[in-house]
Parts: sequence; structure tokens; C-alpha cells
Amino acid sequence: MTQATTGPAAADERVARRDPLRRLLVRPELGALIGAVALFVFFSATADAFLQTSSFSTVLYASSTFGIMAVGVSLLMIGGEFDLSAGVMVTSSALVASLVSFQLTLNVWAGVAISLAVTLALGVLNGLLFVWTKLPSFIVTLATFLMLAGANLGVTKAVTGNVASDSIRDMDGFASAKDVFASEVDMGGVNVNVTVFWWIAFTVVATWILLRTRAGNWIFAVGGNADSARAVGVPVARTKIALFAGVAFCAWFSGMHLLFAFATVQSGEGVGNEFFYIICAVIGGCLLTGGYGSAIGAAIGAFIFGMVNKGIVYADWNPDWFRFFLGAALLAATVVNHLVRRRAER
Amino acid sequence: MTALVKLTGVGKDYGSVIALRDVSLEVAAGQVVCVLGDNGAGKSTLIKIVAGLHRHDSGTYEVQGEPVAFSSPRDALDLGIATVYQDLAVVPLMPVWRNFFLGSEKRRGLGRLDVDFMRRTTRDELLAMGIDLRDVDQPIGTLSGGERQCVAIARAVYFGAKVLVLDEPTAALGVKQAGVVLRYIVQARERGLGVVFITHNPHHAYPVGDRFLILNRGRPIGYHDKDDITREELTALMAGGAELEQLAHELEATGSTATARALDEEARTLGLTDD
Repeated sequence: MTQATTGPAAADERVARRDPLRRLLVRPELGALIGAVALFVFFSATADAFLQTSSFSTVLYASSTFGIMAVGVSLLMIGGEFDLSAGVMVTSSALVASLVSFQLTLNVWAGVAISLAVTLALGVLNGLLFVWTKLPSFIVTLATFLMLAGANLGVTKAVTGNVASDSIRDMDGFASAKDVFASEVDMGGVNVNVTVFWWIAFTVVATWILLRTRAGNWIFAVGGNADSARAVGVPVARTKIALFAGVAFCAWFSGMHLLFAFATVQSGEGVGNEFFYIICAVIGGCLLTGGYGSAIGAAIGAFIFGMVNKGIVYADWNPDWFRFFLGAALLAATVVNHLVRRRAER
Repeated sequence: MTALVKLTGVGKDYGSVIALRDVSLEVAAGQVVCVLGDNGAGKSTLIKIVAGLHRHDSGTYEVQGEPVAFSSPRDALDLGIATVYQDLAVVPLMPVWRNFFLGSEKRRGLGRLDVDFMRRTTRDELLAMGIDLRDVDQPIGTLSGGERQCVAIARAVYFGAKVLVLDEPTAALGVKQAGVVLRYIVQARERGLGVVFITHNPHHAYPVGDRFLILNRGRPIGYHDKDDITREELTALMAGGAELEQLAHELEATGSTATARALDEEARTLGLTDD
């Protein structure tokens, strides 16, 4: 009996139907890639300045500042959760480093380290609140978003008597910290901001984690079906808390860039940016429901974001309309993503 | 041959509700024991005791001759008792091989996954059980219910299960898919595993089972070797013979003679009536 069953009956004629093209189509980032190419062609045709290398470097810079955050946010989304506090956390992080360094007259690197500890603690707190309360992460991080936004303003005003932090430009370690977080690198005559390289590095590391480590397996699993993951021994709570901490790490890095690019931080900044990060991740193919997506997709999403952001300026359009086009791009990208995936999975 | 799993006079109460009473069951290697019963017969309670989710209140539970009292499914798993539940514990959007190794990933140092090994093993293990998945990278959600069930079983076997406990694996499946799973149960038996197969379908149980435990309202109403019982008798026991006859009498009283006669006839052919 077993001979008969393992033989021809098992060679199901339906197994071979997924040809290589289909497999490519089912990649989460494909829709975004098509969109990115289309936008690139469009802006190249309509805006003469767009194709100049210096403009391209500006586009990349804009993409990178959002792309670095999109890395953490996309991993969290694949893990099935949101972090609405990500935008203001960048500001909090920059403020902590700036205020601590200035008030205690420390080397700025001490402020940078303290800021890292504080920001990671904020991320872990988000995760713990989520795990303890069992509330949707949307609500939990909406609460921390509001609290952080208030604290940013309140603490800064109380300490400096102003809505911005004092300039730390002349303090010890500023130059070396600026080299790491906010310098410009000469690439064959074109200045490229160092954040572009960090953005690429973050994306590569995140992709490796997602696809080639056990942690990555767990991230997909907790986002795809948390109960099943728990049943086979995946530490669901620990994975989710780590993902919130990952967003916090990206927020810290972005905060350091903000601080060392301008030497001073406006305490009201960052509100609303959390949606841009989520938009990058969604355009890049992350499912809002979790369990599906990629860091490379989020990077392409951030690139689309940067192109729209700067392309409008180069095309001499009214920049007031930026959000309108961003909304349209988001809608188009998600519809394309959805259609592509439906077709590919059929 | 010592039994892999042996229950003797096991009972379980939930507060004042007696969910299970005086159930005995023995599974040896290379043997399929079917637990049959209608809804509410106590099948779930029994499976939860065997799986380590609940502790029994009376009787003894032995694994390979040693009395045990599990406090978590992990304990049962460590002794090689793997339970495959109806909801299967798979993540639909993840590839088959990632699901296969989820929670027990094979690594090559520095946290790096041994992807080649896991892909190859998944394919080989499934092939050994008669499922030829050329593409183990497809999301497990694209497999049919029967195939998914088989992956879950193959997974349990690979990670060292000696006893497989299958909770209604054929309940939600079509005829053909159920056949795939039944074939798989036979494969598992031939590999020397003990299988506890919970079902409410005697037509699924009879062809693969070596022994049948029939439960009704928390009590065993039959425990038979395959030689002792025919498919018809098994079906009759399952259907709760007396109740079928009772229904026939009631229908006769209300005047539906044709239906009543048909039911009566059926009860007789099934050997339920005394005359």
C-alpha cells in the first residue's frame, strides 16, 4: 500500500504551478520597486534638475532620514505592531543628549550614551506596556506619543526657559560626533550625507536578521500568528518587546543625526513623522496586519518618499501639495501591492 | 511490549461536573488507538490529560511504565508525547520549511540559520511520509488543509515524538484530504510510533485503528480490538444505539410511520435491537 501511495499519487500536478516569475512577483517589495522606477522616470521627464547628481544626493539624504526609522518601524510592523511614538521619540532622544551634555557640561559622547540608554528604556517601556496591558499597540503607543510630546516641551522649557535646547556646537566631542552622525562624504565630487550609508547599513543588517536568523523567524511568526508561535515555543512577549526596542534604537540614531546636524533641537519637532515611517513601510510591502514585509521594501518606500518630497521642489510645483502627492502615492502603492500579491498567490 | 502510554481508571472533574470517569487506554509502539465519541463525550478532556494540559484527578497515567503527572505540555513533549491540535499551530504566511522548524530552529553559530539543512530536511521528512513538496518555500497557507495537517504531524515526528496525539485531524477535511491524513497515520504507525487518533467518524477510524475506545458522556462504553468489532457495530456504538431506537418509537407515535419504519430497519441492521 505504501508503495502505491508514495509513488505517482504524491507527485501532485498542482505543485509545479509556481514558476519563477510568480515567485518574483510574490516578493513583498516588488510593487514598491515598480512604483519607485515609475516615479523616477516621471520626475526625470518633468523636472530637469532632478537628474543632476547633487539633486540626487539631496533626494537620497531625505530618503535616508526617514529610511533609518522605517527599518525599525517595518520590523515592528512585520511583528504585528505599531509604534505611534516613534516620531516624537526621535526628538526626545536628541533632547536628552543635548540637555544632559549642556547642563552637566559633559563631553557630548556622554550625552549620546545616556540618550541611548534612555531611548532604549522608552522602547522597552512601550513593549512592556503593550505586553502587560494586552491593549492594542496602537492605543499604548498613542498614549506614550502624547506623553512624550508633552514631556519634550515641558522639560525643555523648564530646563532652558526656551522651546529649543541650547546649542552644543562648541562643546567637547561635538566635531567627532558630527563626523559619525551628520557629516558629508565626498563621493567623486558630490557630497553625500553619511546618513545615506547608515541607512543602507541598517537595511542590510535588518534584512539579514529577518531572513537568516532565528530572531527573524520569530518576528515573522509573532506577526503572522502569535498563538501558534507561542504553542511551538517562540517567546512572543520577548520578541515584541525587542522589536519596540529596535524602533527606539533607530529613533536614537535619528535623534543623534538631528542634534549633530543642527546643534540645537526644537522640542516640538517630530510630531506626525511616525505616520511617514509607517507609510514608508506600507509602500514597501509590509502588511498592516503583520507577518509579511521586508526591510528592503521599507528602504524602497523611503526612497519613494524622498523622491516625492524633493521631486516636487525640483519640478517647481507648489510644495504645499507635498502631502497630497504622498497620500496619492500611498494609495497607489498599497493598491498595486494588494493586486500583485493577489495575482501571485492565486 | 510495554505500553508507551497507559491510562488506568482515569477520571477528571471540572468542579461539580464529571467530565471523564474510569477511562483506561493503552498505546504501544506501532499501534493506532482510536478514541471515538460524539460531541461532549469527553474526547477533549482525555486528550488534554494525555497532552499535559490538564492533570487527571483519579486513576493512573503511565508513560513507558513510569507514573506521571504533567504540569505543562512541555513535560509531555519531553517524554515524546506530541499533540497535534486542530488549529495546527502553523503561521500561514510563512514558508513551509520555516513553519516546520519554528521554535526549534537549526543554527550554525552566531545565530545564523542553517537554511539549506532546514529546507532539505523539511523536503525529505515530508517525502518520507509520502508528500512530495517540490517547493518548501511556498507559504504554508497555500497548502490544502490535509497537507497542512500532515506537515504538523511530520514536524512532531521529526522532533522526536514517540506518541502522536491527533485531535480530530480529519474533522474539517473533504473526503480526499481526509484520505491523505489517514494514509499518513498509517505511515506513522509503520515508522513505529504509537498514535492516539481522536475522531467522531467511525469510517475514518475503522480502516486505520488497531483498537477502539468509545466514549459517551464521559464514560467508556466500549474498548475493542479490531478483531472483536465490525465497522457496523462500531458505527452503532457511536450513534448511541438505544437513542436511535427511541427516536423511531417517538416518530411512530406522532404518525410518521414511513420514517419510523426506516429508522427501525436501520437500527435492526446495525444490530441495536434486542429482537
